Amino acid sequence: MTQVKMTVNGKPASGEVEGRTLLVHFLRDDLELTGTHVGCDTSQCGACVVHVNGNAVKACTMFAVEADGAEVDTIEGQAAPDGTLNTIQQAFQDHHGLQCGFCTPGMVMSAAALLKENPKPSEAEVRHYLDGNICRCTGYHNIVKAIMAASGQEVSALAAE
Amino acid sequence: MPKDFEPTRGIGASSKRREDIRFLTGSGRYTDDINLRRQTHVFFLRSDVAHGRLTGVDTSAAEDMPGVLKVFTGADFAEIGGMPCGWQVTDKHGQPMQEPKHPVLAHEKVRHVGEPIAAVVAETLAQARDAAEAIVVDIDELPAVVNMKDAVKDGAPKVHDDLTSNLCYDWGFVEENKDAVNKAFEQAAHVTTLELVNNRLVANPMEPRVAIGDYNRSDGEHTLYTTSQNPHVIRLLMGAFVLGIPEHKLRVVAPDVGGGFGTKIFHYQEEAFCTFAAKAVGRPVKWTSSRSEAFMSDAHGRDHVTKIELALDADNNFTALRTDTYANMGAYLSTFAPSVPTWLHGTLMAGNYKTPLIYVNVKAVFTNTVPVDAYRGAGRPEATYQLERLIDKAAHELKVDPIKLRRQNFVTEFPYATPVAVEYDTGDYNATMDKLEEIADHAGFEARRRESESKGKLRGFGVNCYIEACGIAPSNLVGQLGARAGLYESAMVRVNATGGLVVMTGSHSHGQGHETSFAQVVADMIGIDENMVEIVHGDTSKVPMGMGTYGSRSLAVGGSAMVRATEKIIAKAKKIASHLLEASEGDIELKDGAFSVAGTDKSVAWGDVTLAAYVPHNYPLEEIEPGLEETAFYDPSNFTYPAGAYACEVELDPETGHVTVERFTAADDFGNVVNPMIVTGQVHGGLAQGIGQALLENCAYDEDGQLLSASYMDYAMPRASDLPFYDVDHSCQTPCTHNPLGVKGCGEAGAIGSPPAVVNAVLDAIRSGGKDIGHIDMPVSPARVWEAMNV
Repeated sequence: MTQVKMTVNGKPASGEVEGRTLLVHFLRDDLELTGTHVGCDTSQCGACVVHVNGNAVKACTMFAVEADGAEVDTIEGQAAPDGTLNTIQQAFQDHHGLQCGFCTPGMVMSAAALLKENPKPSEAEVRHYLDGNICRCTGYHNIVKAIMAASGQEVSALAAE
Repeated sequence: MPKDFEPTRGIGASSKRREDIRFLTGSGRYTDDINLRRQTHVFFLRSDVAHGRLTGVDTSAAEDMPGVLKVFTGADFAEIGGMPCGWQVTDKHGQPMQEPKHPVLAHEKVRHVGEPIAAVVAETLAQARDAAEAIVVDIDELPAVVNMKDAVKDGAPKVHDDLTSNLCYDWGFVEENKDAVNKAFEQAAHVTTLELVNNRLVANPMEPRVAIGDYNRSDGEHTLYTTSQNPHVIRLLMGAFVLGIPEHKLRVVAPDVGGGFGTKIFHYQEEAFCTFAAKAVGRPVKWTSSRSEAFMSDAHGRDHVTKIELALDADNNFTALRTDTYANMGAYLSTFAPSVPTWLHGTLMAGNYKTPLIYVNVKAVFTNTVPVDAYRGAGRPEATYQLERLIDKAAHELKVDPIKLRRQNFVTEFPYATPVAVEYDTGDYNATMDKLEEIADHAGFEARRRESESKGKLRGFGVNCYIEACGIAPSNLVGQLGARAGLYESAMVRVNATGGLVVMTGSHSHGQGHETSFAQVVADMIGIDENMVEIVHGDTSKVPMGMGTYGSRSLAVGGSAMVRATEKIIAKAKKIASHLLEASEGDIELKDGAFSVAGTDKSVAWGDVTLAAYVPHNYPLEEIEPGLEETAFYDPSNFTYPAGAYACEVELDPETGHVTVERFTAADDFGNVVNPMIVTGQVHGGLAQGIGQALLENCAYDEDGQLLSASYMDYAMPRASDLPFYDVDHSCQTPCTHNPLGVKGCGEAGAIGSPPAVVNAVLDAIRSGGKDIGHIDMPVSPARVWEAMNV
């Protein structure tokens, strides 16, 4: 077992892990941050996306020991301390960008990374960026719309509904 | 409904979803988020061969591995009931289907890749997995049957030695119509014939299945936490038929569930195992499926091979329809598998058309593959795909416009009794087709085609109609058809003293937003704020009874139960109000959360009445009991019949065969709509699954029964870049005539209605390039398109 220490959502966190423990399991099982989900075992679905040192990372592709000393941000740290949703979270609710909610934490974390590097993405850019995030419920329509809305773009005329 | 006329609250409002807050902040409570004190973990060792005789399972080394508590094999379950099947189909000779035993763990034989052989319970999942590697399994491999037509040939290897063959049933519907149908074909002016495959799919909810068993020795109560669409059904099936636990000693909890799409209806071995093992090891036992396990243990969907024929008279009226379908059951009968290719499929073969004579034949076949059962649409997508592809083919053979041919044959008068045993209550198929042509800008298609052609691409336009039977179902009817359960729904409405309501519903929500839309209905009936209504579901210890969520039934059946219970609440509250207002009960009106005496300014607030019910100081105790809590069971008198018309516009690259969906338009009639935002979202999701089936998804086996598509590396899930924005309309509304909300159901429409439109559009595009290939099977991959165009 190895001791790991990291900063998670701005707070110090530590634990004893096996070498094979993935970051996602450390977050879920040791820190009880169960908002980060596991939807596959081939790093395809993106339900486990978190930010490590500011970059979007699939937490199933990284061992917990590799995140030793890192700054990790998860879905639990996105809303304000009083519970107010951030811009992306609010846009997902406003535009019905989630149904069962299972892929949602990964979608929100990926969207945040996208908007950081591309503040006004086109529809095609959003769709391309979400290549590593699978949603089975929404058909992506309202996810793409929510992300474009969160970037400040007008989305009401994108499609008939 | 046009946005300008949308109410801001109650029925018809696009209320934002309250459940979103917990999902968006990581506060959802999915089954895998639950960890019980002293919990252990189970890992299932699964068969890696499709068919074989189990000659030895040596667990001795595994039992000595670190952390292992106990290793189970099929022998431990030999005396326990098999996984039950909930629907018995009777074949065309009046005989019951062949129904093999489905063991919790494989015993004596393995019958599909992924079938669990042994289960290791250990302190940690890693220890359980390590120990499973130390189990020595001896299997004498047998030839596998994968292809359905081969499976029913004489001399084919038998999946089940104790059955007479691999044929589960040979179903004819309506058998008495067969001769008349054949005669109509002899007299037809034109016959169109089509052979097609409805590709096998995997439902793939993003949350893999999870089960946690717990046993309390002090009171003898079992608890199962599970990813289920219908926890009460699991309680009944597992308790009564597998483990012999009475319902009052068994609690089943399905908390937040991350999508279902049908595959979480069924009772699975892992649920029974964890419940059983928790008592055996004296500690909670948890199983979390990996995605790879999900591919080989979740029930699959579709997998039909069909020959269908349409007879037309000289005026292009449909005169008869005849089908011959092979339906794959897989190795065992999953919970509702036999009903899917029969009663959920044959009864929809009339579609939106007044074809007077129909005969449907279905041969259900056992193969060495994962069991196949309901997946979003369940039988209705298979019916729609056959019929709507066939009509398109007929139109091109007859050189008539495909939309015109459909309109000519539409059912236009309601109620309409089809020749396949159902009665459509309402509909207006020309209205949805009109709306479709408008929104899809059918008139502008030729200009768009020229633009595509100027870029070296081909463009195609495809349409189809669909109808589905939802709101399943009248219990007395389905009982006659072989269902081994009633299909009502229950609701309990509990009003608290301070006026808030808790609604306990048997309809489970796993993405559909019931916690919001159900609250809208109850709040609207009383005239109070939606936030005063809490929706509780998914726990058998809280909800009286429930048949669960599937078949687009939640609002039509579960919502109707909730309306009936709320009506009882209002009736009692009016009695209390009449006492408080010293007026006759018949003069009491409820509006905007206040009771008033008609024609006066006397009124009493909702909260005053609810308080009086629980603090009955001034109360008609001699006439009514204190308290305000009512239960209703609602059993529908008919199915509901959502219908619509869909259009797909594709662009095809003739160099590569790659198809992109450029536009997709859906015009649906769902009857009344409670939350337009949620309904639109349901259609979007269904469309993505239907387009996924048409272009991308395929669950593939090789001839030895090896599953070739068992991960997201090999099974093509639709991604954001594969799909367009969809144009969706549900302004054509012919309310259901037999439920109190006038609603029809919207959950499956998109998946049912979209595959034929996509394929029809692809064929149109290929035709515009100068080649009429007649048909192409799904998924319409670039390789298939290129081959069809060039070889």
